[in-house]
Amino acid sequence: MVDIISAKSLGSNDIKIDGAVGEPFCDDAKMSMRNVDVFYGDNQAIHDVSFDLEKNQVTALIGPSGCGKSTFLRCLNRMNDLIPICNVKGSLQLDGEEIYGKQMDPVLLRARVGMVFQKPNPFPKSIYENVAYGPKIHGLATDKSELDEIVETSLRKAGLFNEVKDRLDQPGTGLSGGQQQRLCIARTIAVSPEVILMDEPASALDPIATAVIEELIHELKEKYTIAIVTHSMQQAARVSQKTAYFHLGKLVEMGDTKQIFTNPRHELTENYISGRFG
Amino acid sequence: MTKAVNESLPTSAVTEKIKLGLKKRHRSEMMFKTTGLAAVLLGFMLVFVLLFDITSKALPAFHQHWVQLEVDYSASNLRYSEGDSLENLRYRSTLRKAIANQFPDVKSRRDKRQLNGLYSSNAEFAIKDFLIANPQALNTVQNVWVRVDDDVDIYLKETTSLGEPLIRIDEKEAQWIKSLVEAGQIDKRFNIQFFTSSDSREPELAGVRGALTGTMLTMLVTLVLSFPLGVAAALYLEEFAPKNKWTDMIEVNINNLAAVPSIIFGLLGLAVIINLFGLPRSAPLVGGIVLTLMTLPTIIIASRASIKAVPPSIREAATGLGASKIQTTFSHVLPMAMPGILTGTIIGMAQALGETAPLLMIGMVAFIVDVPASITDASTVMPVQIFLWADSPERGFLAKTSAAILVLLGFLFLMNASAAYLRRRFESK
Ligand SMILES: Nc1ncnc2c1ncn2[C@@H]1O[C@H](COP(=O)(O)OP(=O)(O)OP(=O)(O)O)[C@@H](O)[C@H]1O
Ligand SMILES: [Mg+2]
Repeated sequence: MVDIISAKSLGSNDIKIDGAVGEPFCDDAKMSMRNVDVFYGDNQAIHDVSFDLEKNQVTALIGPSGCGKSTFLRCLNRMNDLIPICNVKGSLQLDGEEIYGKQMDPVLLRARVGMVFQKPNPFPKSIYENVAYGPKIHGLATDKSELDEIVETSLRKAGLFNEVKDRLDQPGTGLSGGQQQRLCIARTIAVSPEVILMDEPASALDPIATAVIEELIHELKEKYTIAIVTHSMQQAARVSQKTAYFHLGKLVEMGDTKQIFTNPRHELTENYISGRFG
Repeated sequence: MTKAVNESLPTSAVTEKIKLGLKKRHRSEMMFKTTGLAAVLLGFMLVFVLLFDITSKALPAFHQHWVQLEVDYSASNLRYSEGDSLENLRYRSTLRKAIANQFPDVKSRRDKRQLNGLYSSNAEFAIKDFLIANPQALNTVQNVWVRVDDDVDIYLKETTSLGEPLIRIDEKEAQWIKSLVEAGQIDKRFNIQFFTSSDSREPELAGVRGALTGTMLTMLVTLVLSFPLGVAAALYLEEFAPKNKWTDMIEVNINNLAAVPSIIFGLLGLAVIINLFGLPRSAPLVGGIVLTLMTLPTIIIASRASIKAVPPSIREAATGLGASKIQTTFSHVLPMAMPGILTGTIIGMAQALGETAPLLMIGMVAFIVDVPASITDASTVMPVQIFLWADSPERGFLAKTSAAILVLLGFLFLMNASAAYLRRRFESK
């Protein structure tokens, strides 16, 4: 069994990726990316990726570890600006506006395109402060009671409020890993972004908390556009309408989630979702 | 598939192997712990010995012997006539008469001069101040306490503590002192003067107030200049500056600056700040600027290290929420780096506090009797005062030197304690 997998994955290098198969584009795109290349110094992490994020839909990005899912996601709200050696080429648009264009203010962009990171990273401040920080800097609340309300609804949506309502003034870093991740989700939705990027938001959560998050994603997609990176096929199948499969920095296949999981067109996609390498 | 190396061995053999090594591992751990403990103990012992030595030497300086005089404030004695100011009366001769009254047997001029020497040279002003404070004492006889001379003070202290006094004193003088003690006219009092007056040529009158005030003003100038400058420079270099060969060069030069001997900064202060910009000599302002040059590299290096240690995920979190660079820096990075920055600042300030050489260059070594009232007044600082007293020939300055060191250490302790308090507050946030 073990030997079969290693043989197959070695062979996977020989399978050609010749442009993405499936339907990477749509009519109602919130964000559209065309011919995106990303370099870390001389090392190319993303090769000529083009697809659309459909409005009010959940798009799952899947693929083996190190294939560039996080890298790609971070381009969508210019988080890669923080990495000096990172260089992005191609066209990325939000509502037709060029993300890397001169007109785009990255501060505004990140308020519109929020992000939940792979590792929970709460501020070393109180739980309340963690959630209130975003609304505060963007001036979303006019008074204290309004801010309290934003904090409470955000925490409720992230399924954390009941656990922390008695200790909102205690440091967010004192929560468990899963609670911290939900706090980070609450912090992100407190700014009401138009697009939410989630990098494995449930990797540190137990099944119950995961269910809460998946429920939240269902709810959020009514108003927001969501891109989620996940290593769990079941999760991708449960929450997303579209799935994009990445392999070694290239987009291999994209299409309706149902179609990808039942009837993948590309050999690599099939290998991956049937668990033969990863 | 390769086989694990130890798969051939039975499990118990592996355990045996680990056990064998375990003993050695525990032993080296024990040894390291013991060495560490010994180092700490040795350090404590040295500090204790130092403190004990200084304290025991300093203690005499906190007390001062006083002698009682029966002063005749009669108008004829003082050559006072109605309407005269009390400032310029014949206090010296009044004092002489009071002393002569205390020792009616002393007749010869030489003996009288020697006798007068037992009283502090400021006794004349003490009886004057007494009259000015109590004008109704005019035309009465009053008991006034004045300080004894510094040598007599030491003689008295050493007689009581060591039995055989080390200071050499005339047979006759010893006799006079003995009679005063027996008459109950000598009193030992807490030397408040040490904290309320400035430097003096006379050890019994000298105090640390001037130098301490000078030190506080100088430190204030240093802190106000070096802390914001240092933190701003560190923040700029770490968070905002592009990483290129210019910033590399700046970094190397800041590190070099930290190693420059402090006297060079003193020369620079003299040449540029005093001679070129014409700021006043000997002033805490100039001293503070010179010490700022010295402290800045320390603060910058420590601040950069602690800013660098702030996890990048915090910057990502804030940036991801749409915080601008400035907002991220000031509401997240700086507060998290603050404890480390404070540690660096206190190390820099402690160095500056004990610095003498650069201050000698800018004239803070002058003999200054006034307490400085502002940062542009001439003044001296504690370490320079200690240096000056340690260099004085009078025995009376010996204890004063140690006492001044104690005061300096106390100041350092206060500075550290307030930094520790601030650090605690930032850490708990
Ligand atoms: N900061 C960086 N500097 C240099 N190379 C990087 C950096 N971050 C990622 N890479 C490289 O880019 C490639 C893609 O990494 P990325 O983190 O996007 O993978 P991923 O698909 O998110 O993997 P995982 O599922 O394990 O999170 C990897 O080869 C990685 O080594
Ligand atoms: Mg990743």
